[in-house]
Amino acid sequence: MEKIFQKLSLSSASLVFVILLGIFITLFIAAKPAIDEFGFNFIINPDWNKEVQVENSSIDSTSTSIQENDTLEDDEMIADEDDMMLEDEDDMMMEDEDDIATKTIYGGLVPIVGTLLTTIIALIFALPIAMGIAVFLAEIAPKNISNIVGIAIELLAAIPSIIFGMWGLYYFAPIIADLFGGYQVSLLTAGLVLGVMILPFMAAITRDSMNTTPSVLKESAYALGATKFEVIKDIIFPYSKVGIIGSIILALGRALGETMAVAFLIGSIFVLPQKITDPTISIPVAMANNFGEASGLGESALFYLALILFVISFAIISVAKFYFLKRAK
Amino acid sequence: MRLLVNKIFLALSVFSAFIGLAFLAWILITLFIKGLGSFHFGLFLNDLIDGGLRNLIIGQFILAGIASAIGIPLGMAAGIYIQEYGQGKYASIIRDLSDIMMSAPSIVIGAFVYAVVVVPTGGTSGFAGAIALAIMMIPVVINTTDNMLSLVPRELREAGIALGASKYKVITDIVIKAAKVGIMTGVLLAFARIIGETAPLLFTSETSNYFSLDLTESFPSLTVSIYDLANEPEESSRDLAWAASFILTVLVLVINLTGRFITRNKD
Repeated sequence: MEKIFQKLSLSSASLVFVILLGIFITLFIAAKPAIDEFGFNFIINPDWNKEVQVENSSIDSTSTSIQENDTLEDDEMIADEDDMMLEDEDDMMMEDEDDIATKTIYGGLVPIVGTLLTTIIALIFALPIAMGIAVFLAEIAPKNISNIVGIAIELLAAIPSIIFGMWGLYYFAPIIADLFGGYQVSLLTAGLVLGVMILPFMAAITRDSMNTTPSVLKESAYALGATKFEVIKDIIFPYSKVGIIGSIILALGRALGETMAVAFLIGSIFVLPQKITDPTISIPVAMANNFGEASGLGESALFYLALILFVISFAIISVAKFYFLKRAK
Repeated sequence: MRLLVNKIFLALSVFSAFIGLAFLAWILITLFIKGLGSFHFGLFLNDLIDGGLRNLIIGQFILAGIASAIGIPLGMAAGIYIQEYGQGKYASIIRDLSDIMMSAPSIVIGAFVYAVVVVPTGGTSGFAGAIALAIMMIPVVINTTDNMLSLVPRELREAGIALGASKYKVITDIVIKAAKVGIMTGVLLAFARIIGETAPLLFTSETSNYFSLDLTESFPSLTVSIYDLANEPEESSRDLAWAASFILTVLVLVINLTGRFITRNKD
């Protein structure tokens, strides 16, 4: 019995390792056709699901050399500047009219840029407010008020992301669009709602880091006549700096992978945004909206995006956990 | 001057706390007004195909329930390993990996389950959805179990061993009992987290308009249906989505507060 129990718990623990490795390997295998086809140019190519002509009539995609791929993409970029909006219709016409061999190309630039920009907007918005809340909870509010506000902030974190999406689309976005102009679904509104979502998360971890400051240090500073602001700026902040940076990076990792709230608000079109109020798409939203219909190379390209997202968030979380939060302890 | 800066800073800090609370209030009030406006008890009696939510609510509970039945024992066993059996590097590597897994994008987990379960079995199924949710749940349960077991004093374990109990007996009869309340809270919070998840279900369980208990077919899911309904042009669909969101949020917040209340009482 003893032995069985120990073996069971050991294998459950190893399951974590197996699942993570499994995710990585599975995504890689599923993305392999797209990786072979597009290589690293996938990251800088802005065209998604676009039919292009193949110069020589062989459409054997696996034998297409990477060099040929490059020239194709260059042609693409030039054609792109002519007309962006009518792209799809043009492609359809082309396909109908002539029987020139075509193939569909996929590039990940638009969702990658969309993911990064929404995350940056969310961080810029959430950072000052989260720091303010953390300071309020850790240093300013009396214990009982701090507890109540703390629970309220944590409840905000517990609200399902799909609720943030609906509220954001119907109530928050119209106000933002009135204030800043542009579309109701845009980088800006998606980023701001994402900011509201990561705010409680960031505030909670920052508060915990701030609470680790020894009270002897704080009291000595007060005794020297420092104001609360000076104590926070010169004592608490330097002391908990590493933990705070860790919390910011963790929040960043969470914002990168958020799907549902962004899906309502980003507009879901594969077009590079020119302004902050333009609609675009992010990696999780591209997956959520296109996975059902995709097949073959298109599905593989989505897995390629998933792999990129997984690797980025894996790296970011590792840095936050191992470098910053470990040192904070 | 110093005092003025201090005052401004404190005011800003109070103001940001106010902003945080205002967002919570705004969202909850919106949900109450829109949700209660379309809420009626008929929603619990009819399935989605007849304009109700019965099949979706039951479906969501079944998905989260099966996920818990898979995730809680595995997560607890892994947590016990890390805290009680694991020595040296392996246990701490597993602990770190579990932390990383906890923050892995949920849509990526959905894609993973799609590739390893949905594609080989030939279609979306309730079972695939439950597996995706279980994968989301395991690291949270590991984390709680690990933390709560670490709070159990060493002396308790030593006393058990001194009485001649085997290590397995000490863990199941002493350590787990001592950490029970904390672990239960963590498990409730984990359940509250997965019952509101949408992204991992989108292409694993999908959703269904009909009542179903067949886990090998597309399975009714409240969250996925909210997403579908909210994107439909008809006003009536959107009203239903608001009512469903209201029910979901009340559910999640009640489970969450219950979890906190249990710990509070213990202290």
